[in-house]
Amino acid sequence: MKKLINKPEDVVLEELQGIELAHPDIVKVFYDPNYIVRADAPVKGKVGLVSGGGSGHEPMHGGFVGMGMLDAACPGAVFTSPTPDQMLEATKAVNGGAGVLHIVKNYTGDVMNFEMAADLAKEEGIEVQSVVVDDDVAVKDSTWTAGRRGVGLTVLMEKIVGAAAEEGRSLKEVADLARKVNAQGRSMGMALTSCVVPHVGKPSFDLPEDEMEIGIGIHGEPGRTRMKLQPADKVTEMLLTPIVEDLPFKAGDEVLLFVNSMGGTPLIELYIIYRKAVQMLEAKGIKVTRHLIGPYITSLEMAGASITLLKLDADLTKLWDAPVKTAGMRWGI
Amino acid sequence: MDVPLQNLSYEVNVAISRENVLEWIRTFSQVIDENNVYLTDLDREIGDADHGANMNRGFKAVMTKLPSMETSDITGILKGVGMTLLSSVGGASGPLYSTVFMQLSKSFAGKEQLELADWCAGWEAAEQGVQMRGKAIPGDKTMVDAMQPALEALKEAVAQNLPIGVGLRNSADAAHQGMLATIPLVARKGRASYLGERSANHQDPGATSTYFLLDSAAKTWADC
Repeated sequence: MKKLINKPEDVVLEELQGIELAHPDIVKVFYDPNYIVRADAPVKGKVGLVSGGGSGHEPMHGGFVGMGMLDAACPGAVFTSPTPDQMLEATKAVNGGAGVLHIVKNYTGDVMNFEMAADLAKEEGIEVQSVVVDDDVAVKDSTWTAGRRGVGLTVLMEKIVGAAAEEGRSLKEVADLARKVNAQGRSMGMALTSCVVPHVGKPSFDLPEDEMEIGIGIHGEPGRTRMKLQPADKVTEMLLTPIVEDLPFKAGDEVLLFVNSMGGTPLIELYIIYRKAVQMLEAKGIKVTRHLIGPYITSLEMAGASITLLKLDADLTKLWDAPVKTAGMRWGI
Repeated sequence: MDVPLQNLSYEVNVAISRENVLEWIRTFSQVIDENNVYLTDLDREIGDADHGANMNRGFKAVMTKLPSMETSDITGILKGVGMTLLSSVGGASGPLYSTVFMQLSKSFAGKEQLELADWCAGWEAAEQGVQMRGKAIPGDKTMVDAMQPALEALKEAVAQNLPIGVGLRNSADAAHQGMLATIPLVARKGRASYLGERSANHQDPGATSTYFLLDSAAKTWADC
């Protein structure tokens, strides 16, 4: 498998060095333990937002650090949760006195490491709250399992909650808002190809040329079903229908529609999916008032796409529109 | 040979020493290095293809730091291993394996050498710690499925007053059985649980590395 890397074990370090050189106006990068904080951290009196996860999902999370979004991101090894010492240092670095919110995607490792980091931060006198994102309808939700994965909604949550923290809302308000976003959003993804983790060097799963995998996560883990490749409109239906039925989204709802590339799928195909999704939603009386299209939460070079739907209200819409200046998302400034 | 065999076996039957613990950690690090690809392949089938790489990164870090721990007592060595794993492994196995070593460390506090009963008590604390941190119970298709039968075998060995080497071998064999028993299970915890029924017919990577940990102890201390 061909990759533009030097050595597999240097991938994350060299990526961080690139980010540091590219965006000194937006972020500061710290090493050993690795974390990225916004250039003006800590912002006095503002709730600090910390997220993190395995690398390989760029621009998430490091590309979302900056004004109006995250205060810090902790990059783990590729597809591996970061460690509590990274999260603790990041939490301390962004604590402006108003407490810190951890935004955690619902994966066993991420949850455990963030729990341990929150315990350590509390021992040091920092007020910490945690919100777990679990928006993937492809996973059966059950108290007996690890529950649903955190996927596309994470991006929208980080933007909206980041704007609320920037406004000066309290830790409790910001945490409640994050839980509200989680309650009102759903996602599902699919893959046309697998991805190749650099230190593994072979595809994470084998997918024949004429087949696709429905209900994949963002770590190259196989999905729930595999089938013959279908046209884009049919695939859009297969992703969007379970999303709409799960919440459920109803006639009269205003929504943000997020069509995401898993890394290898080009914009031209995302717009085809977006077009069909809007048509389907309009037919149900659901109004798409905001959108996001592009590669924002990826799975290395995987070809495929995910759809996320978030039910909006006036407050969420205002926060979505608020200015943001990060490497991966920038508007209103 | 001028030492009667009877006495020799009595000599080494006494307990697990500080040096034995260091040797166990070195052996396990080597086993992880040798099985890096195997563990990652198991994880590739039902997880995210990183278990071998993560464990290997962690125990490489442990091997780097081990010289600075060599003057510590048993509890200090095990705590050092636990802290090193916590900051170098990540994923789920970082906090879980860190918990194993931290609990062993706590349980062995103040002990200069370990009897089989001490080892058994340490392992009980480790198993409880892992269950609490990972919220997994036996049958969830996790490392607990190797730990739990190993613990039962240790308890049995203590009750029967078996030599340390025999008790450890029995616990490693029980862990091996537990590891194999994860194959038909449908995962209820960890990343494999996202696969639902598709997680069946695969051996759990965490149970596999746990078996290696116990097997390394049995091999290192076979003569105890």
